[in-house]
Amino acid sequence: MDVSGLPVERSIRPYLIGLTLAVILTAIPFALVATGALARFTTIVIIAVAAIIQILVHLGFFLHIGFRSTPRENLVAMAFAVVLIFFMVGGTLWIIFDLYHRMMV
Amino acid sequence: MTAGAATVSAAVGRTPVPVEEYEEKAFGFWLYLMSDAIIFSLLFATYVVMVGNTAGGPSGKELFSLQRAAGETTLLLLSSSTFGFASVELARQNKSRVLLWLLVTALLGAGFLFLEYHEFSGMIAQGAGPDRSGFLSAFFTLVGTHGLHVSIGILWILVMLGQVLVKGLTLPVASRLARLGLFWHFLDIIWVAIFSVVYLPGLL
Repeated sequence: MDVSGLPVERSIRPYLIGLTLAVILTAIPFALVATGALARFTTIVIIAVAAIIQILVHLGFFLHIGFRSTPRENLVAMAFAVVLIFFMVGGTLWIIFDLYHRMMV
Repeated sequence: MTAGAATVSAAVGRTPVPVEEYEEKAFGFWLYLMSDAIIFSLLFATYVVMVGNTAGGPSGKELFSLQRAAGETTLLLLSSSTFGFASVELARQNKSRVLLWLLVTALLGAGFLFLEYHEFSGMIAQGAGPDRSGFLSAFFTLVGTHGLHVSIGILWILVMLGQVLVKGLTLPVASRLARLGLFWHFLDIIWVAIFSVVYLPGLL
């Protein structure tokens, strides 16, 4: 994505790379859940790691987010959203599960 | 019209418009997407809090289907790629290919919605609707909000198909297609989070 937000990518190569990586990063967690090959906790960790990597793959190869190519204010807005999400989701889970344990135990 | 503007217009094959206008629109839409990401992240937090509260009703393990989740994932991932192909053809100014890939994207999105509709109606038919438990309220709110976004995305693709047909690949149309692309790829990212937080852990 450039400053004007107009599509400038003239090659389908990044999309094919992104698709290949996304298929691999989807197939691994689905296969682990289908076969139950690993322990529950290990599987959940692998699902989480594969999801985070896949989101980065989508941002890079489909949305064309890059530290040099993407306008600075877009990156700042995204970083701010990530901070907000971290505090609001983290805070929600922390407070609610703390409350849950205090009331149930 | 000045001679200079006419030259630019003839050279690029587009109406000369200040590019700042599109920069502002691109940034404004980006801000919307970030706020949408925050809405979805809080729906995820709500789901994680509620997932154990089945109120004696069915849990995800009894309701979810790995095959259907895999099918939905495949359709949405392919549609994200085919929208990418449409963006590439837009940059190459190939109108008929843009129309073709947009149409394929809309069909793949419709296939996704068809699977999701069957999942939802099947769950409601067996008494596992959003009113059954806190878990199901959170599930239908989260996955339903994503499905609503996909529906609006498909509607937007259909509108853009019409605009490309009638107006051609002008600068305003290209700018709208670029924002639609951001929206569509963003929805695929949300879906990655949905199958990683809802379906896969639910079926473990």
